[in-house]
Amino acid sequence: MSGGFDVERVRKDFPILRQRIHGKPLAFLDSAASAQKPTPVIEAMSRFYESDYANIHRGVYELAERATLAFEGAREKVRRFLNAGEAREIVFVRGTTEAINLVAQAWGREHVATGDEILITHMEHHSNIVPWQLLCQEKRAELRVAPVDDRGALRMDQFEKLFSPRTKIVAVTHVSNALGTVNPVREIVRLAHERGVPVLVDGAQAVPHGRVDVRALDCDFYAFSGHKVFGPSGIGVLYGKAGILERMPPYQGGGEMILSVSFEETAYKGIPYRFEAGTPDIAGAVGLGAAIDYVTALDAGAVAAHERELLDHATDRLSKVAGLRFIGTAPQRIAVVSFVLDGVHPHDVGTILDREGVAVRAGHHCAQPLMDRFGIPATVRASFALYNTKADVDALVAGLHKVREVFG
Amino acid sequence: MSDLRELYQSVILDHNKRPRNFREPEGANRSARGDNPLCGDKLIVFLEVDGESVKDAAFLGSGCAISTASASLMTEAIKGKSTAEAEKLFGGFHALVTSDPTAPAETRGLGKLEVFAGVREFPVRVKCATLAWHTMHAALAGGAQAVSTE
Repeated sequence: MSGGFDVERVRKDFPILRQRIHGKPLAFLDSAASAQKPTPVIEAMSRFYESDYANIHRGVYELAERATLAFEGAREKVRRFLNAGEAREIVFVRGTTEAINLVAQAWGREHVATGDEILITHMEHHSNIVPWQLLCQEKRAELRVAPVDDRGALRMDQFEKLFSPRTKIVAVTHVSNALGTVNPVREIVRLAHERGVPVLVDGAQAVPHGRVDVRALDCDFYAFSGHKVFGPSGIGVLYGKAGILERMPPYQGGGEMILSVSFEETAYKGIPYRFEAGTPDIAGAVGLGAAIDYVTALDAGAVAAHERELLDHATDRLSKVAGLRFIGTAPQRIAVVSFVLDGVHPHDVGTILDREGVAVRAGHHCAQPLMDRFGIPATVRASFALYNTKADVDALVAGLHKVREVFG
Repeated sequence: MSDLRELYQSVILDHNKRPRNFREPEGANRSARGDNPLCGDKLIVFLEVDGESVKDAAFLGSGCAISTASASLMTEAIKGKSTAEAEKLFGGFHALVTSDPTAPAETRGLGKLEVFAGVREFPVRVKCATLAWHTMHAALAGGAQAVSTE
């Protein structure tokens, strides 16, 4: 227990953590890939299906009304969670990937032309690289990439130099999924806005680890996924400033996003509905709302202190493991440790740890350019969430000793 | 630990540490690339095929212990065999690593390759064990696309 945070009580809210894997207590250290779900989220979704479910925004009957209220209620919860000014700035999407694709297509197609530039960083997830590459190929525009230093921190001096009069948008991750590096987003936005360039922030890894205030950041777009913040998979959010969203054409066409349709002409709804074609993941939005209720009820400072302790403990213990090299040691980091073990491929490490009940991610973490930057094909990544304990760290370290036993 | 020892047998660990035929043969006339990008296994299989005979087999690349040892042991197993025999070994190897782990392992004709029977207990590692074999198969078939077992 640290400060006002009782991790054992929190763990009771996550039924999946009670099980044993291969006879060992589960140490789930892969929350950066997807976080586990607390009972209130699971129950909110079941309850919604059991008593309030219908399609939204169209029925005249009681259930349709209740479902619509629940869905729009979730939108309002997201607005408060991000401290956005208006609920219509919150667009429900499938996840961060779809949010970025939405901006690359709906905004990018109108604003990016041949010879223009899109500025990203070397630590982006593939989902914040490929949508821009597709746009660049279509428009014959150029993708410019800001470098990271040997610790895995963004080189701000270089970043600033990469702006040109042709820079049309900056797309940057708030927190690196592979290394845990926290980027100085406020500063990035300031530099971009000085030049009249809008900024999209990939918040998938930031939102589970602390409060995000999109108005304080002043970013133009902010994207995140429900499943990484203890909500269900299949639902995510694109925040966009109303003034920008309003000027954007639709992303996908279909039902839900139209005012009127004839074969000659279709009129689109206002924001956010213009970007929400088709029946959305209604129960997913309800589950995300419950997840937001869950995390906002916790003391954010105490959670941050708990995660900091886990990171310090992990750094300390892992640094004593022979042949272990950390990848990513930036001073500003969330509770993620990425490492390689001398002479043992991360995939083999992952298999042996699994037999010890320790779930980690082994691979390139959808960040191949970053792996290339460090000259490695893959890392072992242990990522921590508010329900992890020092015992989980110790299980990881004990597992690594087993790896040494097997591999000599 | 016992099933881990089954998987990481000393022969496999040895071939991981000191892969055999880890080179690009001068006489190679067939090659193919294998790539499992999610886990980071990458290799090129080189063959020198003379008529129906695999005169030389070698590989280069990097990957986990299972994929590296599998590539190494494969090159030893198929060298000097006919292409039909090499394909038959592939069939036998594939059947072995994907068979029911509770049944006795069918290792007849596989020789040293029987050490991969332990993979049966680790279904997510089958793709590692079979990457080199699928790549060898592609090299024989003359396919230009990189092979993946993910």
